[in-house]
Amino acid sequence: MRIVERRTWSRAGVNIHEYQGKALFREEGVAVQDGVHCTTVEQALEAYDALGSKVVAVKSQIHAGGRGKGSLYCPNTGDLLMEGGVKIAFSREEVETYANNILGHVLVTKQSGPEGKMVNNLYIEAGCDIAHEYYLAILVDREEDAILVMASTEGGMDIEEVAEKTPEAIHKAWTDSSGKLPPEAGSAMAESLGLVGASQDSFTEMLDRLVYMFVSRDCSMIEINPLVRAGDGSMIALDSKVSFDDNASFKHPWRAELRDMSEEEEVEVRANKSGLSYVKLDGNIGCLVNGAGLAMASMDVIKLYGGEPANFLDIGGGANKESITTAFGIILEDPHVEGILVNIFGGIIRCDMVARSIIDASREVGLSVPLVVRFSGTNHVEGRTVLEESALEVTTVSTLADGAEAIVAAIEEVRV
Amino acid sequence: MSIWINEDSKVLVQGITGSQGTFHATRMVEYGTDVVGGVTPGKGGQVVELPGRDVPVFSSMLQAVTETDADVSVIYVPARFAAAAIIEAADAFKEIKGEGLIVCITEGIPTLDMIRCVGHISDMQGIRLIGPNCPGIITPGKNGGCKVGIMPGYIHAKGRIGIISKSGTLTYEAVAQTMSVGEGQTTCIGIGGDPVSGTGFIDCLAAFEEDPETEAVVIIGEIGGTAEEDAAAWVADNFSKPIVGFVAGATAPPGKRMGHAGAIISGGKGTAEEKFAAFEAAGIHIARDPSKIGEVLLRVLIEAGLRES
Repeated sequence: MRIVERRTWSRAGVNIHEYQGKALFREEGVAVQDGVHCTTVEQALEAYDALGSKVVAVKSQIHAGGRGKGSLYCPNTGDLLMEGGVKIAFSREEVETYANNILGHVLVTKQSGPEGKMVNNLYIEAGCDIAHEYYLAILVDREEDAILVMASTEGGMDIEEVAEKTPEAIHKAWTDSSGKLPPEAGSAMAESLGLVGASQDSFTEMLDRLVYMFVSRDCSMIEINPLVRAGDGSMIALDSKVSFDDNASFKHPWRAELRDMSEEEEVEVRANKSGLSYVKLDGNIGCLVNGAGLAMASMDVIKLYGGEPANFLDIGGGANKESITTAFGIILEDPHVEGILVNIFGGIIRCDMVARSIIDASREVGLSVPLVVRFSGTNHVEGRTVLEESALEVTTVSTLADGAEAIVAAIEEVRV
Repeated sequence: MSIWINEDSKVLVQGITGSQGTFHATRMVEYGTDVVGGVTPGKGGQVVELPGRDVPVFSSMLQAVTETDADVSVIYVPARFAAAAIIEAADAFKEIKGEGLIVCITEGIPTLDMIRCVGHISDMQGIRLIGPNCPGIITPGKNGGCKVGIMPGYIHAKGRIGIISKSGTLTYEAVAQTMSVGEGQTTCIGIGGDPVSGTGFIDCLAAFEEDPETEAVVIIGEIGGTAEEDAAAWVADNFSKPIVGFVAGATAPPGKRMGHAGAIISGGKGTAEEKFAAFEAAGIHIARDPSKIGEVLLRVLIEAGLRES
């Protein structure tokens, strides 16, 4: 059960679209159906003609799972246009209808969040003669410090549900320290899936190629749901969810081309460029903290004292005046922010440097909400003095709890 | 006593000629750490000036360990070279001394590099890796002590509390909390928050259990993974000293990575709530507010008869 928790296709890595993942599969010799990436209805129709397959799948391309069971809405009116972000079309006309309903519209799925995602990309794929659907995933098992392969005969299903109800239906194998599956592991897995003869050979070969791809391209996850056994016994990847380990991007310059910036939060990308780690949340208290653990703890304490954090923001160990100014700007861009809590435990970062940066930043961005600053660690006394001697309206405190209490109270006061 | 490092530990700095390496080697010596040399490939024969001493630079760990008889190596090399640096250190310690401690501060090492690294080391008896992406390890002494990492040394004091944490600055917060109730530390270890790393909570707890000077432990976890739950299960059967625990990330939404790659709730698993519950079930005293760790620790020490008031 605990294996499945690490499976989510999320911001833990760099995500790519299904059509891009399948292009990589082709390069690696992993069997996929013929398919064409499109961005317009005209292209979708041309793709249908070119594929020469009577039946095709019309697939929305977004960075979120659960597309098949999602719903498409008009972004302007909010009207429901179509159930299902992945459709099987039996004619040219159906391709046109589905493509029209998908492109330029918002797809809401279980994983997309309630706001959904705008679909700008479509994949038209030749139909497939399916004998059975399986599930296959490769990911990092942080408890075993190894690469884990998971497979199940219950393809097409929500794997979390399978894990919950029939954990015995999920088969697992781990790589050894050389990053390879032990030779017998692939065939053992094939057998436990009930694959025999040519299907078993097809499966084990595919598995070797996928593990090779996972390692050589520094993936953080490859998920194929469904992986299908076709009528002729061959195994075909009918889906692809691929994400990469961002820490390894320096080894793989080709990744830059696969990045779809429309799928990323613009403000988070901008924060990143300044060495900041920022995640927007729904509350009203902006946080500026050094260190990811302390930043999470600050959010937790704000909540304990009756407030709601507006963001996670770790300024990192290399913060300077410029990055702190950027951080203040990003926090204040959020119209819901009614107050800011700064929590710095100085180590390498000196509190007096942060104090001066706060004063400059507040001038530059025009600070208009209450500000509470908690300094501890390196040069905290100097930092407090700098703030207290400045013209800036700021409350200084010495503990995180006092800080949370003070910012919650200050916001209440403004409201009254 | 303390665990893994003490005032007699001889420390090498891998990446000593880089700006980070020189900066932190200087801070470490100022604290009292016995830095005996450094390694930067191709720069063997140079000398780095540290406060009160000049230390030699070697081109390889093998040479450095042979010449200096060091016990510990701390790594400040860039992420793309860090995994190779860890393996080089492990091989050198193994060959020359049969044992050694490697502390990797570097953040941003590719996960699969770490899998190879941890796989390489896991068969090597006597070789221990702390990190990567961590503040390091410190054993405060009577005058100074041994600091192997980037933490601000002066916030610590010698005492009887062991501290283990996945996070950097939150570790400092925990240290400050123990100090606020007049308690110092035996050893503080930042194990790092990456998905794949060396020493974990249980290794640290087992060492603190064996250490006669450690009388209580503070453990700081984080959302993501199941290391906290595993540690709690181990504690229930194997640990006899009082523990105070905190887990950061109770307000973190699922599916969003909070800073480092390890801190993410996925598929509804790895939540702070589950970890707090596991801690409580194992008899660990929890502090839901990190500013109250000191308060809880004080209460726990009094209850255990380790303090009058």
